Amino acid sequence: MSDVAHEMQTSRAIDRSQMQVSDEVAIQITDMNKWFGQFHVLRDIDLTVYRGERIVICGPSGSGKSTLIRCINHLEEHQAGRIVVDGIELSNDLKNIDKIRSEVGMCFQHFNLFPHLTILENCTLAPIWVRKVPKREAEETAMHYLTKVKIPDQANKYPGQLSGGQQQRVAIARSLCMRPRIMLFDEPTSALDPEMIKEVLDTMIELAEEGMTMLCVTHEMGFARQVANRVIFMDQGQIVEQNEPEEFFGNPQSERTKLFLSQILGH
Amino acid sequence: MSDTHAQTARFVRESMLPEREPPLAEVGAVKWVRENLFSGWLNILLTVVSAVVIGWILLHIVPWFWNSVWKAGSLSQCREIRDEAFGPGASSACFAVITDRWHQLVFGFYPQTLYWRPVTALIVFLIAASPVLFPRLPRQALWFSAISPFIMFWLLWGGSVWAPLSVLLGIVLAYVAFRIASRFVSPVLAMLAGVAVAVLCWGLLAGPLTTDMSRILPIRLRAVGSDDFGGFMLSFIIGVSAIILSLPLGILLALGRQSDLFFINKVSVAFIELIRGVPLIVWLFTASLLLNYFLPPGTNFDLMLRVIIMVTLFSAAYIAEVVRGGLAALPKGQYEGADSLGLDYWQSMRLIILPQALKISIPGIVNTFIGLFKDTTLVVFIGLLDPIGLSNAIRASTDWNGVYFELFVFIGLMFFICCFSMSRYSIALEKKLQREHR
Repeated sequence: MSDVAHEMQTSRAIDRSQMQVSDEVAIQITDMNKWFGQFHVLRDIDLTVYRGERIVICGPSGSGKSTLIRCINHLEEHQAGRIVVDGIELSNDLKNIDKIRSEVGMCFQHFNLFPHLTILENCTLAPIWVRKVPKREAEETAMHYLTKVKIPDQANKYPGQLSGGQQQRVAIARSLCMRPRIMLFDEPTSALDPEMIKEVLDTMIELAEEGMTMLCVTHEMGFARQVANRVIFMDQGQIVEQNEPEEFFGNPQSERTKLFLSQILGH
Repeated sequence: MSDTHAQTARFVRESMLPEREPPLAEVGAVKWVRENLFSGWLNILLTVVSAVVIGWILLHIVPWFWNSVWKAGSLSQCREIRDEAFGPGASSACFAVITDRWHQLVFGFYPQTLYWRPVTALIVFLIAASPVLFPRLPRQALWFSAISPFIMFWLLWGGSVWAPLSVLLGIVLAYVAFRIASRFVSPVLAMLAGVAVAVLCWGLLAGPLTTDMSRILPIRLRAVGSDDFGGFMLSFIIGVSAIILSLPLGILLALGRQSDLFFINKVSVAFIELIRGVPLIVWLFTASLLLNYFLPPGTNFDLMLRVIIMVTLFSAAYIAEVVRGGLAALPKGQYEGADSLGLDYWQSMRLIILPQALKISIPGIVNTFIGLFKDTTLVVFIGLLDPIGLSNAIRASTDWNGVYFELFVFIGLMFFICCFSMSRYSIALEKKLQREHR
């Protein structure tokens, strides 16, 4: 992990004027537990996310960080505890789940764009079918966000014709078209070439600058340092340590965190 | 570092090499023949033997076709014409049986004066099928495709126009009920409501409506019973109806088999395994014989309709498995991508999952359709006069006793044309989708 290099990539003046954390609770997770069969993936997770927070979740693979954010929009079901998103409690009621999903945007490691639809159709599909926005209006919104992620000229191509970085930016634009109040990122840059990581991170930084509430599972420590207001370290399905980035990187408390940081920053 | 050769270590290309033609012996037909036919002693020997065998077969078949007689009233007349033209005992096909019994082979025992009706029905079918098969045609034409089955039914079987119309009415009412109900309850319940409305409409309303309307506005064609249907018309009706009906049913079964809902899942699995595990011929006998025992006495459920239903169910089970393969081949990320955007189950299936899964399944689906279409010849065993059944009937007449190959060659050719065009269409569709989606 050439962390220094990434840090340099993302080092530009970040406009922090809009990055404000409010007192309003966006996500409240209490005593949440999850098992995959007999395997206890998430143990007693307690986490409160306030509106405007930018949280980076890191940890070794298998620590449950992806599973945690996938529970927030119910791509994974939790077996015990409560998750409340935007005041709506996640239950097994399908209507509730769809409602939450339409308010919470998500970007995946492998983009998960729809290969049989054009970029524009990828972006307008959910607004048209879920939000019942007229087609014309949905297309205008889509073009607005595609311009924002700097690929308006690719609108009529198919995902397979784009590079990985471009695809991930389309995926971000696709989520934004639903005008979500919270964005989840599940290792958005892990499947990308080093050259493309920067363009995706830049898009994410811009999003943060606009005050979006974000939860990112990522190994980009440069991004964590610059953008996050809170870094969470997970291991064995538990939150081991969380702190402001400066404290987290400069003065980690737990032995496990120290070991992890020395592993990923050490070379 | 130091022991690398100076020449390999230091190299700068001054000019780029231009593209050149490959050597002549390495391209085109010459290369192919040399590599594939004469590349060794064994291959040379095999080539020569194959050439001899092919030549010998052609020597027998070509004159048989070439000397064929197309105009005669009976087999003996055929022979006379042959003896005159090519000498006694010459190899000669007697395709006159096909020209002589053409109408019968195509229409069965459909009344002669009414041949225009199946022909019109075929034209209606072709018009209705084209917007479905070729997406470049205007989408409004799909409305015609939607009502065309009722037009075709009326043309083929005749009777009062109000009978198919009341069936259509039932479907329209069911749809309206579904739309209204889906606003208040879950889609599954809404669908059940739609089905209930349709059944009620057909059970209570359709009968009186047909009788009353027929009295008020008697628009009717002469009724033709299923017993009179036969030949390629019969194969075509059974095949096409089963193909059209089995695709949606198969897709639903595939989704059912994937479902998390215990009941739906188990019913789908049981249905698919039961239907697939028993030979089609058994199902056809069930349709023709057993079903009568179970139906209340006095109900006359048309045999052809029963056969269509059985063939549909049979191929739906196969389609379901083919589509399930397509569904399984999709990366999990596609389901998650659709879910994460808040699309509900039916939306994500219709817009995201099925378009991709069906595209993957096209070869398998068309394969099943081709198999189904050929299997329609099995209805001969339950007494329907498909082309094979007719060929037996034709041979039973004194005029054409002894004609075998000509009929089978003709029937085979007709089936081949249908199946081959299905296959070509599927390949063209695959290529087109490949180009579009990349």
